[in-house]
Amino acid sequence: MNFQLTSDGRLRHLLTLDGLPRATLTQILDTAESFMDVGEREVKKVPLLRGKAIFNLFFEPSTRTRTTFEIAAKRLSADVVNLNIATSSQSKGEAILDTVDNLSAMHADMFIVRHSQSGAAHFIARHVAPHITVVNAGDGRHAHPTQGLLDMFTIRRYKGAFHNLTVAIVGDLLHSRVARSQIHALTTLGVPEVRVIGPKTLLPAGVEQMGVKVFHDMETGLRDCDVVIMLRLQNERMRGALLPSAQEYFKFFGLTPEKLARAKPDAIVMHPGPMNRGVEIDSEVADGPQSVILPQVTYGIAVRMAVMAMLAGGTAA
Amino acid sequence: MKIHIKNGRVVDPMNALDAQADVYVAAGRIVAVGHAPADFHPNRVIDADGLVVCPGLVDLSVRLREPGYEYKATLESEMLAAAAGGVTSLACPPDTDPPLDEPGLVEMLKFRAKNLPGPRVYPIGALTQKLDGKLLTEMAELTEAGCRAFTQADAPIADTQVLLRAMEYAATFGFALWLRPQDVSLARSGVAHDGAVASRLGLPGIPALAETVALATILQLARATGARVHLTRLSTREGIAMVRAAKAQGLAVSCDVASAHVHLSENDLMGFDAHFHLIPPLRSLRDRDAIREALRDGSIDALCSDHTPVDEDAKLVPFGESEPGASGVELLLPLTLKWAREMGVPLSQAIDLISWKPAQILGVPGGHLSVGGNADICIFDESAEWIVTPRALASQGGNTPFLDQPMQGRVRYTLIDGHLDFEAH
Repeated sequence: MNFQLTSDGRLRHLLTLDGLPRATLTQILDTAESFMDVGEREVKKVPLLRGKAIFNLFFEPSTRTRTTFEIAAKRLSADVVNLNIATSSQSKGEAILDTVDNLSAMHADMFIVRHSQSGAAHFIARHVAPHITVVNAGDGRHAHPTQGLLDMFTIRRYKGAFHNLTVAIVGDLLHSRVARSQIHALTTLGVPEVRVIGPKTLLPAGVEQMGVKVFHDMETGLRDCDVVIMLRLQNERMRGALLPSAQEYFKFFGLTPEKLARAKPDAIVMHPGPMNRGVEIDSEVADGPQSVILPQVTYGIAVRMAVMAMLAGGTAA
Repeated sequence: MKIHIKNGRVVDPMNALDAQADVYVAAGRIVAVGHAPADFHPNRVIDADGLVVCPGLVDLSVRLREPGYEYKATLESEMLAAAAGGVTSLACPPDTDPPLDEPGLVEMLKFRAKNLPGPRVYPIGALTQKLDGKLLTEMAELTEAGCRAFTQADAPIADTQVLLRAMEYAATFGFALWLRPQDVSLARSGVAHDGAVASRLGLPGIPALAETVALATILQLARATGARVHLTRLSTREGIAMVRAAKAQGLAVSCDVASAHVHLSENDLMGFDAHFHLIPPLRSLRDRDAIREALRDGSIDALCSDHTPVDEDAKLVPFGESEPGASGVELLLPLTLKWAREMGVPLSQAIDLISWKPAQILGVPGGHLSVGGNADICIFDESAEWIVTPRALASQGGNTPFLDQPMQGRVRYTLIDGHLDFEAH
């Protein structure tokens, strides 16, 4: 798995948080911390990646993630090219590699890749020219490492440390690349108790082998939690017999002030966005004092700057 | 052509023979084992000193890719590969394009194969027209054309009533049905074993239940209809236990597994390498160990390569989009030997699983070295070490999960019908 690290332990690609050492994760978070003030400056730029060509290679539509990567790259003074390649227009297979080869020939330095297939970023990383680095911006259900990292950054900012926390991840873990990256990061950073809460239809087989405790009800699952992470429930999950209705889901697994009261009084509420208000989260909670959902977005830029800077071989500004 | 195979270790499970002996071949037949017949003047002497002489291998699943998939592999390339793997008889599944659902297609394939060097080719007919799981094929006509059994290969029969009718009809004539148990709904959109590894990698899963639920249906229907059923490519511990129990109750079923599944597991998927995308999916270590044990205790009747050459581009995509399957006919022998070494199983028992026993399932001559029988013989070096590379394989499909892996055991000569169809250089 660790072909994303060089032989001397430096980050070569960022494909998954699974198997990355704690020191690497901490280094990314520390680097992100040093970039936090760039966004506050009048000139929101550092020259770290000047002259570097970064390609946003999105085989699956995304506005938010692509935009934050673009902002992060531009703050590092890189040249950014956005390519939205709808999977439907791709004649499958070779076309992916053709695209990659073509862009490599344009002297790309970094690919930010999103794809609907798990393992797509690994696949591309295995086939790019040696000087190109790959950042996984979400592959199927597998991983979304920068989201996982920005969530860790958020938790560290609000809670200071990881070793004394109880963290609950609630909702559709089966289809969630975000949840998988969060679980790997949380367990690697030493969170002693990571819980997952959801109906059996939305929890992957053998999820407990990833080092989490499984709960099927919010009342016990949220008890004394320091961090509550809500996952997005996509509308399409209502088809295909996974769930009967959004209403019933909200009743049992939607985060309301009453359910949140089970957690510690100073618990924070997170969500990777975009939210389905009234499906997985009540607006009163989403906009309430314990919500850190908007800061997550802000931190996402610093974290992505850190990842790109480290991959490009630079250090903090 | 008279051939004298000298000083080899002759391993012939059917005749319970494992001894140093000479084998004499004339006019396509084995004319003596041990002492030379009177006036035997060989045209060729093969020095088999240090080599094993065994029945030519019988492989229950080799996709030759013709007609329709010549860009993946050709009859020529794959028959050569089979001979290089020591295989002298093979069953060819009907999932070609068009599928082998008409006598003319079967006759054409047999005719083409007969005129090429390489193993005897026994087509398995399509059980339903176009393999669509709806209308039965003309099984009697297809049998006359040369089909040895009928199967859907990996295509589903979603409608259980069709499966019941197929069994009833086949039972009327005594035709054998080869079925791979997999419930089509439970397996829907899955690409990997539904377990800890697929969960970690975010790959849509095929639960073990997909096999056992289908198996329960097949076994019940077989009991009710008396159809001759051979179960192909079992992959789960529970499925094997069900077949073992059914046999113990007296049901006449047989089963096989693919050689890759004897050695690999879901854990091998961790790097998303599409070469590990197989049908059925590589399952847990627990399942793999159950397969290894069931081969030893005889619950599994045969090992096959499930040879599926795939063109390179179909594997050069993300795992979930890749075409499943592995080229394997040249690895059947070394992978069987590897299992036997690791499990402490005698060589004779290992060879039985890839010669005599599959010959019985297929219902064809061969799989033994009896005097008077066809001279289908495999001569191999048990200790020869080699590395699996596309160049080391004759198959057009370089797609194997064992790429760059060391193998022990390599075929030196393959005789088919008394002809030296393969000779290693």
